[in-house]
Amino acid sequence: MSDVQATKEIDARGSFCPGPMMELIRVVRSSDVGEVIAVLSSDQGSRRDIPTWVEKAKHELIGIETLDGYDRILVKKLH
Amino acid sequence: MSDESRRLAIVIFGGTVDKLYPAAIMTSGAVMNDMDVDIFITFWGMMPFRKGAPYTVQNVSKDYEEMGAEMLRIMQEKKVPSWYDTLLQAKEIGNVRVHACAMTADLFEMGQDDFEPIVDDIIGVGEFIDMAANAATTLYLG
Repeated sequence: MSDVQATKEIDARGSFCPGPMMELIRVVRSSDVGEVIAVLSSDQGSRRDIPTWVEKAKHELIGIETLDGYDRILVKKLH
Repeated sequence: MSDESRRLAIVIFGGTVDKLYPAAIMTSGAVMNDMDVDIFITFWGMMPFRKGAPYTVQNVSKDYEEMGAEMLRIMQEKKVPSWYDTLLQAKEIGNVRVHACAMTADLFEMGQDDFEPIVDDIIGVGEFIDMAANAATTLYLG
């Protein structure tokens, strides 16, 4: 999945719940439909919260990649 | 959005960081869930919202006094955003309103200009209870 190209990347490594989640919501809002946003997060809460939010907000979770001590979560803005 | 089940009401009565952080973090969680949030700041909980005050709050409740300084040190070391920045961010993203308690404001002779701009208005308890009655949950942080 590391080959999936993101149009934007949020490096939230080292920040704590709810930081990465709130940062993602902010960026998704200001993005165009179809854009793929990558969130890099080392926070356990966001690993669960982000997929939940994406589903609820009706966007698309492309995937979660577990890298060295952090996750790379890919989200596509659908509307 | 005025759907009753999508509203959270919070009373902040305590003015220490161990009350302010939960208020800010749970407000963020509510915003994530697309809920409107009404926060009523009253008594000690109103003091951290006075002009110039938000970043100066350092004390914790008596119950956690022994661990307070150490906890704050760890949080600073790990660059955890302040309770106030967390709340500001939630308000920027979602529909969050902060209401100051009219009774406490009168008692301390405070008006709208004495508060940080995050405070939307000064309201009576009756108005807040009406908001709480229309919310799915009310949290009391005292």
